[in-house]
Amino acid sequence: MFRTALRNVLAHKARLLMTVLAVMLGVAFVSGTLVFTNTISDAYQKSSAKGFDQVDVAVRPTYQDSKGDTVGRTAELTRAMLDKAGKVPGAASATGVVGGFTAVADQDGKLVGGDWQSTGGNYWGTKDARYPLVSGHAPHGRGEVLLDSRTAERAGYKVGDTVRLSVDGPVLTPTVSGIFTTDDGNVAAGGSLALFDTPTAQALFGKKGAYDEIDVKAAPGTSQSALKAALDKALPSHLVETTTGKQLADDQAKQIADSMSGLKQALLVFAGIALFVGTFIIANTFTMLVAQRTRELALLRAVGASRRQVTRSVLAEAFAVGAVAGVTGLAAGIGIGAGLRTLLGSFGASVPDGPLVISPGTVVAALAVGILITMLAAWLPGRRAAKIPPVAAMSSVHAKATAKSLVLRNTLGALCAAAGVAVVLVATSMDATAAQGPMGIGAVLLITGVFILTPLLSRPLIAAAAPVMRAFGVSGKLARQNSVRNPRRTAATASALMIGLTLITGMTVMAGSLQTAIDKMASSAIRADYVVSMADHGPLSPEVAKKAAAADGVTASSPLRNGESRIDGETEFLTGVDGASIGKLTDLKVDEGSFTVGGSQVVVDKDRAKEYGWTSGSHFTAHFEDGKARRLTVAGIYEGNDMINGIMIDNKVLTPHLKAPADMQVMVKTADGASDAAKDKLTKALGLNPAIKIQDKQDISDGIAKMFTTMLNMLYGLLGMAVIVAVLGVINTLAMSVFERSQEIGMLRAIGLDRKAVKRMVRLESLVISLFGGVLGIGLGVFFGWAAGQLLGTKMPTYELVLPWGRMAVFLLLAGLVGVLAALWPARRAARLNMLAAIKSE
Amino acid sequence: MTTTPTAGRTTAVAARATELSKIYGQGETRVVALDRVSVDFRQAEFTAIMGPSGSGKSTLMHCVAGLDTFSSGSVRIGDTELGSLKDKQLTKLRRDKIGFIFQAFNLLPTLTALENITLPMDIAGRKADKAWLDQVIQMVGLSGRLSHRPSQLSGGQQQRVAVARALASKPEIIFGDEPTGNLDSRSGAEVLGFLRNSVRELGQTVVMVTHDPVAAAYADRVVFLADGRVVDEMYAPTADSVLDLMKQFDAKGRTS
Repeated sequence: MFRTALRNVLAHKARLLMTVLAVMLGVAFVSGTLVFTNTISDAYQKSSAKGFDQVDVAVRPTYQDSKGDTVGRTAELTRAMLDKAGKVPGAASATGVVGGFTAVADQDGKLVGGDWQSTGGNYWGTKDARYPLVSGHAPHGRGEVLLDSRTAERAGYKVGDTVRLSVDGPVLTPTVSGIFTTDDGNVAAGGSLALFDTPTAQALFGKKGAYDEIDVKAAPGTSQSALKAALDKALPSHLVETTTGKQLADDQAKQIADSMSGLKQALLVFAGIALFVGTFIIANTFTMLVAQRTRELALLRAVGASRRQVTRSVLAEAFAVGAVAGVTGLAAGIGIGAGLRTLLGSFGASVPDGPLVISPGTVVAALAVGILITMLAAWLPGRRAAKIPPVAAMSSVHAKATAKSLVLRNTLGALCAAAGVAVVLVATSMDATAAQGPMGIGAVLLITGVFILTPLLSRPLIAAAAPVMRAFGVSGKLARQNSVRNPRRTAATASALMIGLTLITGMTVMAGSLQTAIDKMASSAIRADYVVSMADHGPLSPEVAKKAAAADGVTASSPLRNGESRIDGETEFLTGVDGASIGKLTDLKVDEGSFTVGGSQVVVDKDRAKEYGWTSGSHFTAHFEDGKARRLTVAGIYEGNDMINGIMIDNKVLTPHLKAPADMQVMVKTADGASDAAKDKLTKALGLNPAIKIQDKQDISDGIAKMFTTMLNMLYGLLGMAVIVAVLGVINTLAMSVFERSQEIGMLRAIGLDRKAVKRMVRLESLVISLFGGVLGIGLGVFFGWAAGQLLGTKMPTYELVLPWGRMAVFLLLAGLVGVLAALWPARRAARLNMLAAIKSE
Repeated sequence: MTTTPTAGRTTAVAARATELSKIYGQGETRVVALDRVSVDFRQAEFTAIMGPSGSGKSTLMHCVAGLDTFSSGSVRIGDTELGSLKDKQLTKLRRDKIGFIFQAFNLLPTLTALENITLPMDIAGRKADKAWLDQVIQMVGLSGRLSHRPSQLSGGQQQRVAVARALASKPEIIFGDEPTGNLDSRSGAEVLGFLRNSVRELGQTVVMVTHDPVAAAYADRVVFLADGRVVDEMYAPTADSVLDLMKQFDAKGRTS
């Protein structure tokens, strides 16, 4: 029987090629994902393990006291601790580490590393084992710095060049004293690393005489755990914690694995979608093959093959197809895995080099997915094949598709869809976090319901297209009727397209609405022309606010300063602002009282006021960082948003209580509004600092837009996969229709329908099916977009549903294009049909 | 055995094949399906083409009806020479000047009986002649079933729809390929009766391929084919006379 199956596979190469292609795409996606994530994890793990080569035990400060309280605590690793650590038994040496955000400008003044990947640190002594020098010598004082070789190469710096950089605000212009190589994961990932001598680094990173971490190297013969025990004994345990190098490497490896697993899951979901769509095609193809071979299978039955043997022969065929798809898919997946790494690099995130990792798990998964999915999808057609009576071998007519009643199916679908809609609607009125689960369940229910209902929906929806179809004459009329002739098949074909379009539309609606909401927030609540912040959104030196206030043309400015405090026993961050200017820089809706900030008068956002039970005129006591307390009065309650919220207090009140004042951002208003000249002036006033970002409202909007666009484009790319598989499905269905209707087409040709009209008929059928899937998908997508928006809306007052009509039109057009493209080959086949062969009735 | 045409019959020719040959394959596999066949189909005449399997009777009909190409010779439908026509022109010719009745797979299952009848006109984008259409429908007795779909009709009724479809567009000639092959004898007799009436009363030209002497007896004239050649013809046939002639061929075939 197996040989018969194999012969069949070879006999229907063209038809099966599409099936193989559909399965292969899914398998390629799965194996590509696995290869890619394994490769990246492996590379990161190797690079991070190397990064901990020089560390046997790391000593770090604990930022919590025994009660878990963090307010006002800045535990420090002192020189005394370092000396002590270096002298414990079994310690070979101890290195103090200090570091933080450090922006390095290239020769055009632009930031070299990414916003979050520009780092700096200290070079220990005259020869630091962590950072082998390629050229030059160790840095000394504020005038000298070391650059990592990648950064130096990218920005074109050589030893002796002057480089502009900034740590917390002021610009430094040291000379490059040397260039080093490093295994630092951050640098490997495209960041920059600048090293100063230790005292300079301590001063720059705000740790005068202290360290972030002490790395202790063990003497030969001392194990990491023995060294850790010795250090635990020698150092005050309430201030520091010790970790072995191996533990650190393991932790980081685990962290990398965790962060990769998110990506891996997301990618596998898309692979799953592609495979799911693929199963429809496989099922359709095998149904078609079985129908085509009815007589042949009946003959097998007539000469004595059992039902099980017939089913098995179909499944064996599926096995062969699945195996081929699995193997080719795996090969393509390895290519995709390698390609993805390059692609990611082109998005600006470079990843460490490493060999391509193809684990046995990947190979097994690829083959298993390919074979199992194909056999599963072929199971029903296989069963149907077994039911062919032996007598069918004698009859001349093809077995007609039995028109089973759709009543049960429709009832089930209606129930499922209704339940889905109900659950989604209930979820939209729930709390955003609690609603996620029900929302997901509702979405799955609704999609499944619509899925089951597609045969029913196909009639009215396609009937609605009748007026348009009439314009195409007989071809249009016949195409419309043909497309609803086999509702199940039409439904399966359209569903394949529907899934992809539902997701694409849903994402687009959500992203578009979110972007508009954030845009509105940025533009409506802020009256300032510019927002100044650190490139890494880290704390900004108060110097910047001062300089900005004094800059030429600036009419009002205010920093947003962070002040940790305790109110009613809760940790609360106060926002220190310039009380006199803040009203001119923001445009917040005041619900109660007045927007007055000064002295003991503060303003509070609505949510916090509700939380604490305050109204305008309420009093409360804030305990500051330095332990002092002050009684404050709520002057007004405003409507906050994601960018501006919290308790605003005058900096004149707040700053004296802060140990190290630092600003999150500085809002600036200029006399003539935002312009290139004004921005230029401000940039100069702030010292042409690479670490500082000056953004106007448009920049903020653009930044947000860019983020959304990148995300959407990646999603489009991934979902495009599902659409490609759907195209294969449409081709398959049409080929099947043309085959089944060859007599009809022959008759139509005989009584005078010309080739062009036959082609048009097939093309229009394809178009109708595709647009049907498109309309369903877009409709569902909008619904999900709306429902998800209802959840987001509770957190974002400016959120409102924005329907991307243009995009939606493009998607529908795309669905149409899918139809036209898919019809190319089947239409040609139909037109070329041998008329005489078709009408000859055996 | 040949009889002369009856007096008063019009001699205008609806379709004519001259020296028509159709050859499949080359060299050893060469098969001559039609061997220099010359035959006329006169207007308002009901002609049956008969012959044993492989005699070329279907091929002759396909070539004359513009469904198949031929190797040499000429075919004319009215004034149109088919040999020089491209597929598109041939299609148009079939649509406008020829009606077809097949053995089976005759109707589109998605269309109603009426829609099936008017299909050739719909394809041409023409309006049907209402009075004529009514007359045709009346004649084939389908008035009560026009909105039925083929699956709701019996085999005989389906074939009557096919006859009505062939007649509705007033073609110059109607070709039938074993039109009664799939019908029981009563339904077959009905359909043949309609075809004969259409010739006698409406002046339609009909050419029908059959292997059934009873069916051939409805025709005005029977053309006999064997081995790709016209071997005989007979006017005013009866089932018995046709059967007799065929027996002779059989006998000849065996002795030669």
